[in-house]
Amino acid sequence: MSQIPAPPRDAEFRARCLHIRKEVLQMVRHGKRGHIPSAFSLVEILVTLYDHILQYRADEPEWADRDRFILSKGHGCLALYAVLADKGFFPRDWYKGFCHFDGELGGHPEERNPGVEATTGSLGHGLSIAVGFALAARLQKRHFRNYVVLGDGECGEGSVWEAALAAAKHRLENLVVLVDYNKYMSYGPTHEVCDLEPFAEKWRAFGFAVEEIDMVATPERLRAVLEQTPLGANQPTAIICHTIKGRGLPYMENNLSWHHKSKISHDDIEKMIRDLEEAHA
Amino acid sequence: MRKRGLQTVTDLARQFEDVVYIGSDVGQGTMDDFREACPDRFFVEGISEQYVIGMAAGLAMNGFIPYVNTIATFLTRRCYEQIAVDMCMNNHPVRLYANGGGTVYAPLGPTHMAVDDIALMRALPNMTVIAPCDADEMERAIRASHDWKGPIYFRVARGGDAIVSKPEHDFAIGRALVFAEPEDLLLITTGVTLQVALGVAERLADLAIGVGIVHVPTIKPLDRDTLVPRLREARFVMTLEEHSTIGGLGSAIAALMAAGERHPRGVLRQLGIPDTFPDRFGRQENQFEYFGLDLDSVIRSALGFLKLDVAESVNGSGKKTR
Repeated sequence: MSQIPAPPRDAEFRARCLHIRKEVLQMVRHGKRGHIPSAFSLVEILVTLYDHILQYRADEPEWADRDRFILSKGHGCLALYAVLADKGFFPRDWYKGFCHFDGELGGHPEERNPGVEATTGSLGHGLSIAVGFALAARLQKRHFRNYVVLGDGECGEGSVWEAALAAAKHRLENLVVLVDYNKYMSYGPTHEVCDLEPFAEKWRAFGFAVEEIDMVATPERLRAVLEQTPLGANQPTAIICHTIKGRGLPYMENNLSWHHKSKISHDDIEKMIRDLEEAHA
Repeated sequence: MRKRGLQTVTDLARQFEDVVYIGSDVGQGTMDDFREACPDRFFVEGISEQYVIGMAAGLAMNGFIPYVNTIATFLTRRCYEQIAVDMCMNNHPVRLYANGGGTVYAPLGPTHMAVDDIALMRALPNMTVIAPCDADEMERAIRASHDWKGPIYFRVARGGDAIVSKPEHDFAIGRALVFAEPEDLLLITTGVTLQVALGVAERLADLAIGVGIVHVPTIKPLDRDTLVPRLREARFVMTLEEHSTIGGLGSAIAALMAAGERHPRGVLRQLGIPDTFPDRFGRQENQFEYFGLDLDSVIRSALGFLKLDVAESVNGSGKKTR
């Protein structure tokens, strides 16, 4: 799949991912609803980015030289909120208001939240905005890098490919696309609804340097790959992350009945936390 | 008007380092001056309006003032969600420079005639909507736009429109301009219908009918301070717009009157394009005649509205083409 080898299994990294998944559930405890599987498939990507790759200042979210991150698949926001709270962008206390009328955190990320660069939720917007960020960095002669996470289902949006054409045209070495390729949409498997394959070939054909990573067997590789970006001279980078929707809870994995759950009780949360720990062990 | 507005954008770019030009696929040579003056800030991105709006918003989020230039129907309908979410939801200062507002592209058919653009843009929170009447007013509007905080939609008319705006009007975004105080009839205009209204006033003056004119280049935010007192004065109010009667200037004035601050005594008639897609080609003038927006048709409507005898008053054979 690649010349970049997998580092050894990192127990600390995996424990961090377990912690973030439990934090996601703590948020759901208050909102009683959410896109849990879409968040769980993202956790390794976000922990890698925020623990090891992105340059940022949680106490100065508008710091001009920060790396920019956009969660274009905004429905995965539970994982983003958990990571941002973990890093101190906002208090963990905000969990209590998740999806509440007067809460700070809603069901999709908003620019008004510290650490959120762009309001997303409607799919297909994030890559275009990230291209704007990358061009802004170039015009301002700043060295910040720009990362955007897309969902696989999201890649059905034509706007993604408009932006991909432009990213290659502008030779945006400072842009990294990560696709959370969890293989499922809301209705069914992505390959049944509208197949993306050959997916890596599509990104290559659009002018990206492409890497694929098995985020279940070797999630540690993502850090190694990101540390080597840009993967191609004068090219934007696309990293296809093969993930599992609902990763962490065996009964949630690839189970579409969980795509967006509501009326989740405290007992459900307690059970899920126990099950997460058991599956991790 | 189109050229003058773009020349003014180039002037702004020479003056301010944050001005960026983004075109999609407008004519060859468009904005060559800008390209020569500020090549780094000149972008032609191809036929990809959804991407262009997101990209422009991304630049605006990082301190730039992008002016996006393409055909009005594509710049409003195709990328409406990007305009709503990426530009307006967080009030980012992108400027949309929408060519062919109204029926300018009549020969190209209904896909190219922007007769619902004002309605679409007005509905978006934070959006400012400006439709200048001539090249001079467009230049003033563009100059005023650089420091405006939020997003702006500029509706651009054909070009070659008679210059009727005046420097002493002291253009400001959000300000309506009183060309004549209301008398028997008050005409309220936006864009190039001001020229029609001025012609109507001249012709009706011959019949000893006093016509007031308030020109509303900024349809949103609406200048209530200027409009409300005039609406209180006028018994007969007519709105003239090269736009659907749903959601444009007429709707905005109707809502203002219905809000009834001390209940204006006037009655309103909206002239514009009825709830239909344009089904004819020809030229802009043909469309104006077809939809009753040309000089003779408006005079006939006005006299009918005032309950005067049309046959006695209209010179010539003003009529609709169909």
